[in-house]
Amino acid sequence: MTTPTETPASTTTRTMLAVDGLTVGYAGAPVIDGMRLEVPHGAVVALLGANGAGKTTLLRTISGLVPPRAGRIELDGQDLSALSVEDRVRQGLAQVPEGRSVVSELTVEENLHLGALWKIPGRAARRDAVAEVYETFEPLARRRRSMGHQLSGGERQMLALARALVARPRVLLLDEPSLGLAPRVVAQLFSILRDTAGRTGLTVLLAEQNVTSALSIADRGVVLGLGEIVADAPAAEIAADPALRHAYLGF
Amino acid sequence: MDRLAFLLATGLARGLVIALFALSLVIIWRAARIVNFAQAAMAIVAVYVAFAVTQATGSFWLGLAAALVTGALVGAVVERWLIRLVPSGTPLPGMIVAIGLVMILQSAISIIFGPKHRPMAAPFSEQPFTVGGVAVLSPYDLFILLVALGVVAALGLLFNGTTLGLQMRASAMAPEVSRLLGVRVPRMITLGWMLSSGVAALAVLLLVPTELGLNAHSADILFVHAFTVAVLGGLDSPSGALVGGIVVGILISLVTGFLGAGLAPIAVLVLLTVVLLVRPGGIFAAKEARTA
Repeated sequence: MTTPTETPASTTTRTMLAVDGLTVGYAGAPVIDGMRLEVPHGAVVALLGANGAGKTTLLRTISGLVPPRAGRIELDGQDLSALSVEDRVRQGLAQVPEGRSVVSELTVEENLHLGALWKIPGRAARRDAVAEVYETFEPLARRRRSMGHQLSGGERQMLALARALVARPRVLLLDEPSLGLAPRVVAQLFSILRDTAGRTGLTVLLAEQNVTSALSIADRGVVLGLGEIVADAPAAEIAADPALRHAYLGF
Repeated sequence: MDRLAFLLATGLARGLVIALFALSLVIIWRAARIVNFAQAAMAIVAVYVAFAVTQATGSFWLGLAAALVTGALVGAVVERWLIRLVPSGTPLPGMIVAIGLVMILQSAISIIFGPKHRPMAAPFSEQPFTVGGVAVLSPYDLFILLVALGVVAALGLLFNGTTLGLQMRASAMAPEVSRLLGVRVPRMITLGWMLSSGVAALAVLLLVPTELGLNAHSADILFVHAFTVAVLGGLDSPSGALVGGIVVGILISLVTGFLGAGLAPIAVLVLLTVVLLVRPGGIFAAKEARTA
């Protein structure tokens, strides 16, 4: 995929996901206006902002569910504009949409196999990949025969995350994984996320309302306000800036 | 008593054809969440092709293969170049377009082939066996029975035992999430249509030899009965379609035999009304699982 000769000795700063001049609007005033954002390889970036700031729209545009009005989206230097949602997935882009996107009528095991299908067509190899995921997500292993709708909220979010990871994506987009979950469950999910990113070099763009938790695992925080980036700084700096917190994050 | 046994046996065979057609409605519902009102007219097109192939080659089996292939192709064409262009936010536009398609297909067939019924021969004898002096199933009825059970088994295997079936189920239930997992959802929906109209063509092909003959409207009543069955069994349930089909087939047969043929359609509609009043989701419908 990548040619190391092109980027000599700069693997740490290689841009994995880039958005440039991105403008998105459903009708009327744009939800996202001329946005520019670069996420380096292996970084965990928290995408923060109040309701309506454009976090979900940005993620849905990157994954291809929402067509942009203008601008470029690049994954590891490759322009994604012409690719469908399904083909962007095949380039290594995974998204866990908002609201515990488990397929309720399928079992845990079927959900996981579905996530791995495009990458690992062989049944035996796929079973191995799913077994590996069960090791990371132990609670799911005990519920592998349960239907999606029988799971608790935390288990569903865990399944959604596991299902995105089973195909070993290069970039993971997460939309409010903490929504409606108990703090302990959020901590567990986020620590798995942090571990996986550290271990595999996964690049993560994490949209969150739960600012403290998100910043605690992120390298960098990006704050959105009405479709524009109003702050982009190391996570610790954002967490320590009371003016910023007041103005855009509401606490 | 003899009469009862005969009516039950005939009802079973007739019911299996209805069940097969109802199953095609269940497949398309599961694959695309649409009730296809054009199912019968599309199947008739495929059976006309089968009829032509059988006429030309003298082989029922080549005709059967032609019906399956044409049925699947008609399904793909209708989905790709018609239904996909219809707004899918609400079910109504799709239904109206499907009803329009019925009118176009049936008129076109009537214009090309005329209104006359073309007799089709069954590949097996329709003379019933007699067991202990009682007339029961004919060899052709047994053939229908085997085909219906074979189709049900094959579909069960496809949907529950293969990754293609897994993708088709996921696409139907959660299209957006499926796309985000790399499932080619539009392709799965086209496949669902092909599968469904192939099975519908098979059902009509099996029906025609037992009726007056082939005509643009040969499958209209079958569609009404199968629709009743699909509602009766729940649009989501293949086993419901199978059991419901047999129940409706036997009901029609008994009412025709004991009360007169004119009352049979009324009996079916009475049954439909009662089911809709008592269990609107269908007798075999699973409890509503989806809340999100």
